[in-house]
Amino acid sequence: MADTQTTQTMQHILARHKGQEGPLLPILHSVQAEFGFIPGDVVQIIADDLNITRAEVHGVITFYHDFRDAPAGKHIVKICRAEACQAVGGNAISERAFEKLGVGWHGTTTNGAVTLEPVYCLGLCACGPAAMVDNKVVGRVDADKLDRLLQEAGA
Amino acid sequence: MKIYVPLDSAAKALGACDVAATIRSEAATRGLDVEIIRNGTRGMIWLEPLVEVETPEGRVGYGAVDVADVPALLDGKLASLGLVDDLDWMKGQTRLTFQRCGVIDPLSLSDYEAHGGLAGLRRAIAMTAAEVVDEVTTSGLRGRGGAGFPTGIKWNTVLGAKADQKYIVCNADEGDSGTFADRMIMEGDPFTLIEGMVIAGLAVEATRGYVYLRSEYPDAIDVMEEAVRIARAAGVLGADVLGSGRAFDMEIRVGAGAYVCGEETSLLNSLEGKRGVVRAKPPLPALEGFLGKPTVVNNVISLATVPVILEKGAQHYAEFGLGRSKGTIPIQIAGNVKFGGLYETAFGMPLGDLVDKVAGGTLSGRPVKAVQVGGPLGAYMPREKFDTPFGYEEFDGQGGLIGHAGLVVFDDSADMRGMARFAMEFCAVESCGKCTPCRIGAVRGVETIDRIGQGDGAAVALLEDLCETMKDGSLCALGGFTPYPVLSALRAFPEDFNMVREAAE
Ligand SMILES: Cc1cc2nc3c(=O)[nH]c(=O)nc-3n(C[C@H](O)[C@H](O)[C@H](O)COP(=O)(O)O)c2cc1C
Ligand code: SF4
Ligand code: FES
Repeated sequence: MADTQTTQTMQHILARHKGQEGPLLPILHSVQAEFGFIPGDVVQIIADDLNITRAEVHGVITFYHDFRDAPAGKHIVKICRAEACQAVGGNAISERAFEKLGVGWHGTTTNGAVTLEPVYCLGLCACGPAAMVDNKVVGRVDADKLDRLLQEAGA
Repeated sequence: MKIYVPLDSAAKALGACDVAATIRSEAATRGLDVEIIRNGTRGMIWLEPLVEVETPEGRVGYGAVDVADVPALLDGKLASLGLVDDLDWMKGQTRLTFQRCGVIDPLSLSDYEAHGGLAGLRRAIAMTAAEVVDEVTTSGLRGRGGAGFPTGIKWNTVLGAKADQKYIVCNADEGDSGTFADRMIMEGDPFTLIEGMVIAGLAVEATRGYVYLRSEYPDAIDVMEEAVRIARAAGVLGADVLGSGRAFDMEIRVGAGAYVCGEETSLLNSLEGKRGVVRAKPPLPALEGFLGKPTVVNNVISLATVPVILEKGAQHYAEFGLGRSKGTIPIQIAGNVKFGGLYETAFGMPLGDLVDKVAGGTLSGRPVKAVQVGGPLGAYMPREKFDTPFGYEEFDGQGGLIGHAGLVVFDDSADMRGMARFAMEFCAVESCGKCTPCRIGAVRGVETIDRIGQGDGAAVALLEDLCETMKDGSLCALGGFTPYPVLSALRAFPEDFNMVREAAE
């Protein structure tokens, strides 16, 4: 069962999306923006509101890479793994990030500062290797730039 | 003094916001009266941040500008590139879809109108729905999302369908590596896309539209949302579009990080709030699309090209191009290149000219090894295929595809077995799970390519078989086309797969 605080927050979110056609993704985005992840106990609340099953809501949450079922680190660092970035040394940047952070893809540093996520293209393919820290885009990432980004993120 | 500093993501990723802030503070210190306009990008990404200063002769460019260059810039002591419009990269292009991108303030509707915006919509309002569809058909415009299906024919199907509600859905999922045209126009000239969607609505009698925009593009989402608000406030959207008595309104919807949701039926499921699983066709989305209603699903560039077709006439557009590939195509040049960016030109330019001349060869200065055209499902083209003219049929004839028109250039240090492995891995990660050859086959593909890497020559035949199974047994192009990059890499670069060249011929 969700606590009163969660239930209240959910009522606000659901009210905001009333009348939308196909509201589930927008709702899930709002939930994640609010809580930082999709708490397990909101699934029932969403299912009741949309008159669908818990399993359906759960199925949608697990289909998409964006939705997480546990909180991420304080900052999310995404590094592009796709072809255009590979053509300019993207793999070495990923490797360096693994090494510096001591985690692999989807991992969170032990101090909770950074979660590392792969991303398949940020549309910055003419200025790769590309990365994104929270919602901030970074181009032409080299070893120095990466180190600086990770340091700023508190890793 | 009017100064332009792009707000495009690529410019931001290279420091444009810091440059803009420094110009503001340095100007204040000097008591200079400076108006900073955050424009889109001109598409010359290697020059970003490209700062432009308005002069009586035209806009003078400086780039790539660093924060440290700002004092010299304001003192008139920084070396300029000359007039931006006179740069070879700009002069070589035929900018129709991107005519305003980088030129105007993206969120100024008056700037938009002053540069030809809304002329197409006004013309469409004066026409019947069928006439608008005819105009688009005559232009020869084909879908820029990848499949190249004639836009006018799709619209005609939707126009002919009877329903109480029809929809225009814009596919802004742009997941292909090496592509950023959708992002660039949404950030640099968002009203063009909005205008295109309104015209599409009038043409097929749809009153509601959605842009399905990938979550990896937070800046584009912000610009589009603001542009929709402005357009609505100005009566371009709403119950009475520009006083025509006809209604059209739209909403921006954000994706959730699934490549397959760029496939139109998966996209529709996602928009409905379901898992982004691909639907079998028929029924066509044109007849049973969003919520089961007739729906136009078009790529951003397809829709954003409609205003200029209506503005200048179908014939004007159709005069450009080659064979059945009519008009212009915004080619996105990426990867290991000296000059990366967006280059809009008539169809027909040979691939080699794009790579060697326009892109200026590799950034590393090493020889070009291969170019992947059309995203992760596109073939790797070796130099032997560089005389292929840029056109749908021409690339198809070479076992490739132009897709969303992205070129990713690799130098000779590229490991093509590694790239083939990546193609399979990507397919495995992004598969919607519906078909076994895609879901399981791609995982087997990675393993098989690893075996080849370990020197197991017998695994090559296995890989070829597996690719045949994926081609034949996949419902959509994710599973069905992943064999293109894999097999093209194998055929053109057998030595990267531990094979002698002859053995592969
Ligand atoms: C796996 C897959 C991914 C796709 N991704 C996109 C995409 O990101 N953007 C797009 O416009 N079309 C994409 N398509 C093509 C769409 O299915 C569809 O053909 C297109 O949106 C139709 O619009 P158009 O006719 O204007 O090109 C993709 C297709 C497949 C099979
Ligand atoms: S080919 Fe792959 S992505 Fe396409 S429908 Fe089949 S399983 Fe889904
Ligand atoms: S491939 Fe990395 S940003 Fe597009």
